[in-house]
Amino acid sequence: MPSRSFLLKMLSLAIVFGAWEIAGRVPVSYAFPTFLESMRALALLAIDGTLFTAYAETLRPLALGVLISAILGIALGLWIGLSARFDWLFSPIFVVMQSAPLAALIPLLVMAYGIGLTSKVFVVCIMAMPVIVLNTASAVRNTPSSLTEMARSFLGSRLDVILKVIIPAASPVIFSGLRLGISAGFIGAILSELKITPTGVGDIITYSRSIADYASMYAAIFSIILLAVLFLNLLEKLELHLFRGNNRGYVTD
Amino acid sequence: MTIFGFRLPGMSSLLLWGLVWEIVGRLGITFFVPPLSAVFATLFEIIGTPAFLKALSETAYAFGVGVTAAIAIGVPTGILMGRSRLLDELLLPWVNIFLSAPLTALVPVLMVLFGFGMTSIIITTALFAIWIIILNARAGVMQINRSLVEMARCFGASPLAAFTKIYFWSALPEILSGVRIGVIRAVKGVIIGQLLISIVGFGALFELYSANFLMTHFWAVLIVLFAMAFSISELLAYLERRVSYYAAKR
Amino acid sequence: MSQTRAAPRSTVPLAADIAVRTRDVSKHYGTVEALRNLSLDFPRGQLTSLLGPSGCGKTTLLKIIAGLIPATSGQIEVSGKTVTGPGPDRAFVFQDFALLPWASVLRNVAFGLELRGVARSEREAIAEKYIRDVGLAGFETSYPHQLSGGMRQRVGLARALSVNAEVLLMDEPFSAVDEQTRRKFQEDLLALVANENKTFIFVTHSIEEAVYVSDQIAILLPRPSRVSEVIRPTGIRDKGADNIRRDPEYLDIVDRIWASLRSYVE
Repeated sequence: MPSRSFLLKMLSLAIVFGAWEIAGRVPVSYAFPTFLESMRALALLAIDGTLFTAYAETLRPLALGVLISAILGIALGLWIGLSARFDWLFSPIFVVMQSAPLAALIPLLVMAYGIGLTSKVFVVCIMAMPVIVLNTASAVRNTPSSLTEMARSFLGSRLDVILKVIIPAASPVIFSGLRLGISAGFIGAILSELKITPTGVGDIITYSRSIADYASMYAAIFSIILLAVLFLNLLEKLELHLFRGNNRGYVTD
Repeated sequence: MTIFGFRLPGMSSLLLWGLVWEIVGRLGITFFVPPLSAVFATLFEIIGTPAFLKALSETAYAFGVGVTAAIAIGVPTGILMGRSRLLDELLLPWVNIFLSAPLTALVPVLMVLFGFGMTSIIITTALFAIWIIILNARAGVMQINRSLVEMARCFGASPLAAFTKIYFWSALPEILSGVRIGVIRAVKGVIIGQLLISIVGFGALFELYSANFLMTHFWAVLIVLFAMAFSISELLAYLERRVSYYAAKR
Repeated sequence: MSQTRAAPRSTVPLAADIAVRTRDVSKHYGTVEALRNLSLDFPRGQLTSLLGPSGCGKTTLLKIIAGLIPATSGQIEVSGKTVTGPGPDRAFVFQDFALLPWASVLRNVAFGLELRGVARSEREAIAEKYIRDVGLAGFETSYPHQLSGGMRQRVGLARALSVNAEVLLMDEPFSAVDEQTRRKFQEDLLALVANENKTFIFVTHSIEEAVYVSDQIAILLPRPSRVSEVIRPTGIRDKGADNIRRDPEYLDIVDRIWASLRSYVE
């Protein structure tokens, strides 16, 4: 017999999609297709392959941007966490970036780099980078002092302490920073497709809106949200699996 | 960092970066980076103009209404989820989905449903803020120290008294930290909304400046926005520290 | 109160071989004075406890001896050599165990040797021996979070033993384990002191524990910290682990230490 929590999840899905279906049938708005119509449109988009070519297009700036942010962001974060001087110099920039509405930079990026891939990669980078840098830096700074003292008392060199204690100890938080960065990167990738030039999924959304094919528009939006949520949940599962027990074991539970 | 035994304040390196900006601007390396001094001169010029004040008041209105709605709906929902297991199990999956979902993708839907105007921007703002507020209020209620609850029952507190005198205050640090993160997200939401629905507020201003290549104007508005966003988040962090002194001691 | 007043019943070892010697050690944190002119000798092959109320600088002194934090002034010598930083002659056992949560018991125990550049096969052979010695055979591939608090501290102890240092520095090593495990640890520690020819410096805030395991007890008083008294419970040392707690001398010393510490407990 399936568990109570699984049944409730199904019930919850049924309530929301049911409400969507009913609201679409009433209809609450001419631009509100039913759930079933949207799913049919999604199936059609998938069958004729439009969806997959669109995702290939959408995921390219996302993947590139996330990759660049991850490499640069982790390196910078490590540096900031290890050196008080770099902390003073660079932290404020990322702290401001973290709270600032960086999306406002998009018109400027378009002016500077045109409407191509470069601008889009840039948008993903500025969205994803701050959280990666700040998480990495704070993870490094918050390495339990007894672990670094332990390594020093057993004659570990500075490099030993960094490679064998600080980085492994920081990796769970760095990883969750990456996950948050990817989540922000998704926002950036979609924003740039809606704002800069409609390509990929952004193109499906914009085009079907312009021809009033609202079912396809909802289908595309539904699919991108589903994809992002599934991917991020997968990363979270992976995180739990990889770093199981890592946050315990310092002191008695 | 300390220099010659003198402790430099935390954000003081921004002055150094401002200087670098000024030099880069003066050297004329790129058209896109005018000198900081020119940006500030423009800033003082435009800050009193009707166009700027209109953008500011529209943004503040959308932001204020959106955040108020998010708090007014989010905090009670979170507290109810923390108290009722059934409600929690029904709502939590959706809260988690929308917490990590790229909400930008929903803006086109809001546009076709609510039109190209203020309503869509307000809803965007509220959508960006509400999920983390719900989740934190829920977490705050769920981790109330059991012995506090038992203490209230031992001393015969009525359910209402227990709620107003214990549950709310115990959960307050988490609720506030949710509100702080929610507000930061709302700032991003209100700007994203205005960028996509670019006929209101700063969105319209950005269109105007970038169409006419008014770089100093553009940067001036950016600086105002970033400074306000940063001030709001620091102010809330300060308030949170004032209240959460007891959070660590539970 | 006089500094380092010899206790009436203690006997200062004649021509004692001193393993660790601290001379006028002071430590300031900004304007806060943590230690003032602290001088103390630690005889070789014996266990010396640093005992005192919380905030009396016991752990600070231990970390200064370990070379983890520098003294503001004064000198520490280990076997005649001045301490300038951590060295191979000292090994540390941490209050919170300081185990690498991502490493197996075997790697944790061998970690001290790993940092010294000992080849893998060699260091693992040594680590396996000490894992057996502390009674953890069979747990080599377990991870710290799978062990109980007591077992984790055995890992920390095995790690400190495996680098074969002459001086073992133990910072409240049993304070995070439960009372029964703690008693077992204390008995094992007595055996360890008897069998291994090492010098132990042991920080604790438990009077009973200090009297039970120590050859010499230095009582530290706070604000600023200094040694108020050195007690050597020599009479009970050869009574055997099972009889110490019944011995009238044991009870007398516990009482006397409590009498001198009680006014410092808030």
